[in-house]
Amino acid sequence: MSNAQGASWFGRGVLTLGYAFLYLPILILVIFSFNASRISTVWSGFSLKWYVALFQDDSMLSAAWISLKIAFLSATAAVILGTLAAMVMTRFKPFRGKTLFGALITAPLVMPEVVTGLSLLLMFVTLFGPLGVSPKGMMSIWIAHVTFTMAFVTVIISSRLAELEKSLEEAAMDLGANRLKVFFVITLPIIMPALLSGWLLAFTLSLDDVVISSFVSGPDSTTLPMKIFSSVRLGLNPKINALASLLMLLVSTGTLIGWWHMHREEKRRQRDLQLALQQG
Amino acid sequence: MSSWRRLTRALLPHPRWGVISVPYAWMLVFFAVPFLIVLKIAFSTQAIAIPPYTPVLEYIDEALTLKLNLGNFVELASDSRYVEAYLNSLKIAGISTLVCLLIGYPMAYTIARLPPTTRNIALMLVVLPSWISFLIRIYAWMGILQTNGLLNQALLGMGVIDAPLRIMNTPLAAYIGIVYAYLPFMILPLYSNLVKLDLRLLEAAHDLGAKPWKAFVTITVPLSQSGIIAGCMLVMIPAVGEFVIPELLGGPGTLMIGRLLWSEFFAAGNWPMASAVAIVMLALLMVPILIFHRYQQRELEGRLA
Repeated sequence: MSNAQGASWFGRGVLTLGYAFLYLPILILVIFSFNASRISTVWSGFSLKWYVALFQDDSMLSAAWISLKIAFLSATAAVILGTLAAMVMTRFKPFRGKTLFGALITAPLVMPEVVTGLSLLLMFVTLFGPLGVSPKGMMSIWIAHVTFTMAFVTVIISSRLAELEKSLEEAAMDLGANRLKVFFVITLPIIMPALLSGWLLAFTLSLDDVVISSFVSGPDSTTLPMKIFSSVRLGLNPKINALASLLMLLVSTGTLIGWWHMHREEKRRQRDLQLALQQG
Repeated sequence: MSSWRRLTRALLPHPRWGVISVPYAWMLVFFAVPFLIVLKIAFSTQAIAIPPYTPVLEYIDEALTLKLNLGNFVELASDSRYVEAYLNSLKIAGISTLVCLLIGYPMAYTIARLPPTTRNIALMLVVLPSWISFLIRIYAWMGILQTNGLLNQALLGMGVIDAPLRIMNTPLAAYIGIVYAYLPFMILPLYSNLVKLDLRLLEAAHDLGAKPWKAFVTITVPLSQSGIIAGCMLVMIPAVGEFVIPELLGGPGTLMIGRLLWSEFFAAGNWPMASAVAIVMLALLMVPILIFHRYQQRELEGRLA
């Protein structure tokens, strides 16, 4: 008997354990955000007081606001630049320097964060120092985040573009559309789901970054992860549990909505295709 | 032809250069050039100034002087703390990568064999935790691994152990943290490789009399080679320079090079030393990074082919 189709018992066992390993810590975190006692490891009753305390913590809230703003702006810029980069990698004929371009674009994927953070700060010091502008601040964080999230966005969009059949674009060009029009009218709508998941990933990565932000942020631009990190270094704190649960809710809801939406779009496209084939 | 057209035609001989130049310029300025600056600062010395290092290239008395201070690199080579940190980082990253592979391969394999609808959900469930904040998930482990944490409570309660296990603030906690954080990065490339595996090859092997295990070792594993390499690189390279995980979970006994860089920069304010640490780290990681790029290049070309 071969297991050519279907997974073996060993495989399913490892998979289940793997999921448990991935999700139990998160579940425990959420449960203890409702813990009445301050000790984060002993359950003593249900309470919402940590959520209340969280919303009364002004410095935490302002850090959250800064992080959300930066994440939004970084993700948007990363998607724009990432789409350009992906188009270059997949649609442009090879040109001198294309290998270097490819290497540059994907290098941040594996670079240790301390190295990226240090190098970016030194860059800002060299760039902004002589101008009298502070090298540390929101602008620096934004540039840093765009730089390292762009790599992830480019990979996502490149793989979508590479899978996309060129025949649609070629047909449009045969009908007289120039390259710009082909991109905006044909390519862009089709790769839109990839753009959205790239945006969401860049948003998440930016919202989560502590190392790079620590290097390039200024005194008035403390981000949320930096606050969480400095609090957590001192020990466990149920307010962090509450904050963590809220953040996870935000990201999970966003991801699930995005996924469900894509699922519906895919179903609709299948239906349209069926109708077109029937009528044709 | 309008004057606007003529101007743009003169500045940009071919429109596609506009598309190429924007991301190219960005990455050159904000990614490539910074590394050259790090290299330059690594040859500098700490100074009480803004910025806190001595200039490497100076124009004094009508002479352009280049002062390359090799002291930082000498210290890196001679101080056992640094050497130990580099070796320890490689060791921790290497073992964690292996564990990720041992756990991730069966998971990716099983998911790849599920029917298409279940497969997508299964994969999404693997990826979802990594979309939740990395920092928060490491914090979750702090609560679990502590001496009075949930793991010890559960084990003591079940009678498996008599005294609480000391896991928190030991290298073991760092290992657990790294495997936990990087597991999805191992599973994804493995999955995208395994899902394209032609099952008829395995059927043919079975028809020819091979046992399932032999077919796995001689057919599946070699064919999934590029996935294995990609996954291992995606885990190992960033893990070498990890800072947050050893800092929060590993305790003072877990010496990793990312922590040394951080403390040189933030605690000692010694930017030149931190730069030297970064340069040597990059040099050590250069081979794995190049392997990763060759894989990336082949992946992209393979898809387009």
